[in-house]
Amino acid sequence: MRLHTDRTYELQLEKLRSSVLEMGGLVEDQIAQAMRALTMRDRDLAQATIARDHMVNRLDVEIDDLALKLLALHQPAARDLRLITTALKVTTDLERIGDLAEHIAERAQELAVELPIKPTIDLPRMADLARGMLHRSLDAFVREDEKLALAVCSADDTIDQLHEQLFCDLISFMADDPRTVSRAMRLLFVSKYLERVGDHATNIAEMVIFMVKGRSIRHLDRPPRDL
Amino acid sequence: MDMASSTLATAEVSSAKIVVRDLTVRYGSTLALDRVALDVGDRQVTALIGPSGCGKSTFLRCLNRMNDHIRNIRIEGSVSLDGVSIYDAAVDPVELRRRVGMVFQKSNPFPKSIFDNVAFGPRVHGLRDRVELREIVERSLRQAALWDEVKDRLDRSALDLSGGQQQRLCIARALAVEPDVLLMDEPASALDPIATAKIEELIHELKTQYTIVIVTHNMQQAARVSDTTAYFYLGRLVEVGPTEQIFTNPSRPETEDYVTGRFG
Repeated sequence: MRLHTDRTYELQLEKLRSSVLEMGGLVEDQIAQAMRALTMRDRDLAQATIARDHMVNRLDVEIDDLALKLLALHQPAARDLRLITTALKVTTDLERIGDLAEHIAERAQELAVELPIKPTIDLPRMADLARGMLHRSLDAFVREDEKLALAVCSADDTIDQLHEQLFCDLISFMADDPRTVSRAMRLLFVSKYLERVGDHATNIAEMVIFMVKGRSIRHLDRPPRDL
Repeated sequence: MDMASSTLATAEVSSAKIVVRDLTVRYGSTLALDRVALDVGDRQVTALIGPSGCGKSTFLRCLNRMNDHIRNIRIEGSVSLDGVSIYDAAVDPVELRRRVGMVFQKSNPFPKSIFDNVAFGPRVHGLRDRVELREIVERSLRQAALWDEVKDRLDRSALDLSGGQQQRLCIARALAVEPDVLLMDEPASALDPIATAKIEELIHELKTQYTIVIVTHNMQQAARVSDTTAYFYLGRLVEVGPTEQIFTNPSRPETEDYVTGRFG
């Protein structure tokens, strides 16, 4: 790829790209910390995670500002235009993931003061999968790798299945012992949050495919086999 | 050549007004156009973009044989208008230029009244009837979105008009002989943004009746006014396609580099 004749423009596009990555890395870490707080029953860590969400929000606003400035001042075209519109949409998904991490931390705080009811083994596995999807979708973004992005879209089914299974497990748990309902419900929420993280990572991956190929694969029943 | 045939595929339009094949132009030993093939859609706006010296103006001028009198020029290949080859010996270049009018970068009104500027073409073609001339002048000025601004001073010198008005006068003058095709060579590059917007608005209106080919260095202008965009580089047609596609997702990396400003 050749460089822009206008170096300022080139630098600003680079700044946009690195800001999206920075935001993505931060959000990934937020999920990890929130899950750690949940499994370790660490209220302080949960609180620290909640407090850090404002950094995600700040990046969201900054990236929006930069994208608007680029659109207004440089009349971007073709792949530059697709990069900027992708950044605008991707940050919305990242910001939502940040909120979900915050919610997980809130549930962690609530659960930490109650007795544990069930080894939360499936939730860390779901979290790993969701974080892995997010990580790979961001990798695909920075490397402009549409194949990697497509693989992320296909991985979403596994998380959905895990969520479904966890849902059944927790339902029977509650049926067996109604005293666990409030705790089981909170775990069920966490499962739903992680399932949503997978959805947002899929959205990001779909936008990456648009950015690279100029083709939208969103709102299909199944991701296409290849591009 | 692969490039020409692949770009041609995207250029297929339902009804082509002008069909260009294998057009090669040399100025002496300099190759200005290299086997260009392009279909110009009927009542569509086709924009030609590319850096200076890429051949887009040469191409435009081949469409009404404005290049005929250039010394040392050699033109090969075919250009047909409504299926008739315009370089055929039987074709009268004056009649051809009536059907294929031209508007230039620098507005060039004659040092005559507004009325006489617009009536010039019809008079050259033999029209003398005063009433008919008045009708043509009014209709042409209306089509060029200039009538309301000049209707009370048709006898004033065209040179008293503003730059933007002069350019619209030149468009009216081109329309007065009822052409099929309008060629525009950077029609707004010397105008301020408001006059430019008026010309662009005018292009939108004119394309309901006329086939328009426009050369522009302003890529945003090409994006705004045209249906089809053709990218020229070093005398070759690199890519042609729907304007929206050229500016959001062009097929060729050379086009991508140019429309995104990665050049030189």
